[in-house]
Amino acid sequence: MRIILGVLAIFWVISSSASVTTPAKPKDQINWPFQGIFGHFDKQSIQRGYQVYKEVCQVCHSLKYLHYRDLEQVGFSADEVKAIAASYQVNDGPNDEGQMFERPGRPSDLFVSPYPNEQAARAANNGAYPHDLSLMIKARKDGANYVYSLLTGYTNAPEGFQISDGLYYNPYFPGRQIAMPTPLTAGQVEYQDGTENSVEQMSQDLVNFLQWAAEPEMEARKILGLKVLLYLLVFTILFYLVKKKIWRDLK
Amino acid sequence: MIRAKKKKQTVVDWIEYRLPIFSFIKHLGEYRTPKNLNYLWNFGSIAGIALVIQIVTGLFLAMHYSPNADTAFGSVESIMRNVNYGWLLRYLHAVGASMFFVAVYIHIARGLYYGSYKSPRELVWFFGLLIFILMMATAFMGYVLPWGQMSFWGATVITNLFSAVPLVGEKIVEFLWGGFSVGDPTLNRFFVLHYLLPFIIVAIVIIHITALHVHGSNNPTGVEVKSKKDTIPFHPYYTVKDFFGLGVYLIVFAYFVFYQPNYLGHPDNYIESNPMVTPEHIVPEWYFLPFYAILRAIPSKLGGVIAMFSAILVLFFLPWLDLSKTRSGNYRPIFKILFWIFILNVISLGYIGANPPEGIYIWLGRIATFYYFFHFFVIIPGLGKYEKTLEIPHSISGKL
Repeated sequence: MRIILGVLAIFWVISSSASVTTPAKPKDQINWPFQGIFGHFDKQSIQRGYQVYKEVCQVCHSLKYLHYRDLEQVGFSADEVKAIAASYQVNDGPNDEGQMFERPGRPSDLFVSPYPNEQAARAANNGAYPHDLSLMIKARKDGANYVYSLLTGYTNAPEGFQISDGLYYNPYFPGRQIAMPTPLTAGQVEYQDGTENSVEQMSQDLVNFLQWAAEPEMEARKILGLKVLLYLLVFTILFYLVKKKIWRDLK
Repeated sequence: MIRAKKKKQTVVDWIEYRLPIFSFIKHLGEYRTPKNLNYLWNFGSIAGIALVIQIVTGLFLAMHYSPNADTAFGSVESIMRNVNYGWLLRYLHAVGASMFFVAVYIHIARGLYYGSYKSPRELVWFFGLLIFILMMATAFMGYVLPWGQMSFWGATVITNLFSAVPLVGEKIVEFLWGGFSVGDPTLNRFFVLHYLLPFIIVAIVIIHITALHVHGSNNPTGVEVKSKKDTIPFHPYYTVKDFFGLGVYLIVFAYFVFYQPNYLGHPDNYIESNPMVTPEHIVPEWYFLPFYAILRAIPSKLGGVIAMFSAILVLFFLPWLDLSKTRSGNYRPIFKILFWIFILNVISLGYIGANPPEGIYIWLGRIATFYYFFHFFVIIPGLGKYEKTLEIPHSISGKL
């Protein structure tokens, strides 16, 4: 048993060291509602986060793996989703005449991207490529805290720090120079539910939204996990008792 | 009529006469096993079940996966988001690979400690190592399939190793790629091979077990079975014990699948592969790190490749490097200590492999690599000759 535990400990150490990257500055650690075994989605916050995405991030960043219908999972009604989808123009076709055409979006459509391709995105952004955000939280080490720190971390460069043309100072970004200008300013988004629209609040809402976008299955996964672990625990204890009983007579 | 003379024939009799499947099942149940096996002997059956889990989940993933450089990444995301319980299938498969390696590494370490590779089980050991090598090839190609950044660059680094071969190296690499860089043809063939190899592993597992059943399992004393008193039937004793062990294994497995599914992976693999952007550090999956460290410890490319392959191949020579008459480490006081130092050294290699080859890690890597081979080529033969072993019990049921 000692050996098994030892090996597991080893497994732990090696694996945790496997994905170490040196952050430019230690990230702010926020207590997120989605953390832990009982982690859940804060749907109000996710809806507000969607509003921030829609009014700010969407200008440059796509969410290409999400469908409009997915928004129903976070509390938007079917009619609201229909209206959201219809507010976008989707490129479809070819039709019977062989022509591509534009039509209003439907809930079954993928989120419309702001640019048709990477080249167009770079051309519009001074050569920089605004990443797709669908998987951003999973694609960075400690992703939720990283995105939060990055969004709230814009400051003036310390004296003597040479900033390249068209880049901005952000101590949480690897290399500390980022092509994205300060995205959020206080009061930028008008929340309908009256929540305070500070940069910190908007950033938290946005991270909650992006966390859901990256792992829409998370809540279902954690609930199922609880059931599976409970089942396995009973299974294992029963077999332990049966094993004890069967081996008892053995000399 | 011949049939009329016989007693009433059952369906079982009818089948048994033509295909003795029922007596085979009976053999499995009555198969005699040493009665003193400890929990480390659970990992053989656990590894077998891990293989089955990989094949079954992989089969369903393959139904939805698209092995094309343009669509592979998106199809994996589609499995995660749009396929019913697709996320469960994929996480079971990805975490399952790591768990499979955990089981197999413990299984191999147990063999090393108790001398399970010694006569007359050399072929059991050989076929086991063959499974290990095929597993590594399969796992490597499987990691390429999601076509993320680590997939792409891992494939680039590993396939490039073959360019170290003198004269024909470059040709071999182009042959492996099916082009002039890792690309669509590479992905396609990796998918095909990733699907094929597990079935070859199954075939070799059958040989591994058949060879095992000739002389039966080794045991913690390392003393061969002398009489029926030393053994118990596999069923029910070890079936029930294996079920208990499996339960513990599955609890750890489930914890990772449901609560830390990406803990053992690399965040960069959620970025779609991009030949224009190289990740800051290219690291393989954790189970390759010790070998990766050995590869990088040698300053020459060819030397590194040779060292890395030798690190695995040396295990094949173990039955002739270790000439100690005493099989089990329990009765070898010095071997016992050096065994754990060897294990610690391999773990250190893993840690070094996870870090960039800079500064202190270069020298640590070289020292640990040197010690790895020193253990096999100097310590093991030396101990076989000079170690004063403890008295071994007369039999398994004798005084332990």
